[in-house]
Amino acid sequence: MSYLKRIIYNCKQATFLIEKRSSGKITLREAFELRIHLVGCSFCRIYKKQSRVINEMVQELFRSSMQADRKLDDKFKKELQIRIEEELNKN
Amino acid sequence: MDHQLNPHHWVAAHADYLFGFAITRINDEELAKDLVQETFLAALEKVANFEGKSSERTWLTAILKNKIIDVYRKKSSGLQNKMVKEAEDEQSDLFNADDGHWVNNNGPKEFGIEDKDRLVSKEFEQIMQKCLQKLPALWMSVFTMKHIDEEATEIICTELKVTAANFWVIIHRAKLNLRACLQRNWI
Repeated sequence: MSYLKRIIYNCKQATFLIEKRSSGKITLREAFELRIHLVGCSFCRIYKKQSRVINEMVQELFRSSMQADRKLDDKFKKELQIRIEEELNKN
Repeated sequence: MDHQLNPHHWVAAHADYLFGFAITRINDEELAKDLVQETFLAALEKVANFEGKSSERTWLTAILKNKIIDVYRKKSSGLQNKMVKEAEDEQSDLFNADDGHWVNNNGPKEFGIEDKDRLVSKEFEQIMQKCLQKLPALWMSVFTMKHIDEEATEIICTELKVTAANFWVIIHRAKLNLRACLQRNWI
């Protein structure tokens, strides 16, 4: 396979570079190869969009479940504070 | 201004927050409770080291984070290897072995949510949650430390004992599996 053909076909490598670029650094050569690939590959263009959306959604999901009614029961909390007071009194 | 510690109000002020932090990352209620307790007890022993540079909550959260990392480490050894193997096998269906091109049926298709303003249905969120839980523990921890906690790559590598090269492979694989899982269950 020619150099260009390898770039055009290799979606595995292209998606790897999409991930690496979004949260790190890729080389100039890699950036060039990725750009060539994306021009011709509608699959990877969708992937690129979705990859970003997924990150945002997972962040959103974590934020909302942090605020959700995930509360500890009062009994557990009471015992925990007693335990802490005991430890404090030891010293 | 220097921050102060007041262990007498720790539970009232921070326990729910720490519990929420833990449970979103490890998804196990009993374990999350244990970690909250361990965090406070460990914190008591470190009170003397507190320099007042960060808020009480930030300081406690940092202790909790280390405990969570210990859990990640334990989970990613032993039995989990099987899960990693299965998750990796899933990837061989995604790309052709010879040229690395998408296997046609598994190539990305639009979800129909890409361009909208984050108006995502509860149903999609639930699928997302399920798909996240399918990731091997090590992948999930790399993924959350990177994308949620926004830790530096070098720190994640040191804490979880993965090489930089392996780190990127995991980031890539976690996203591939997550995305494929969403597509299977949503479209």
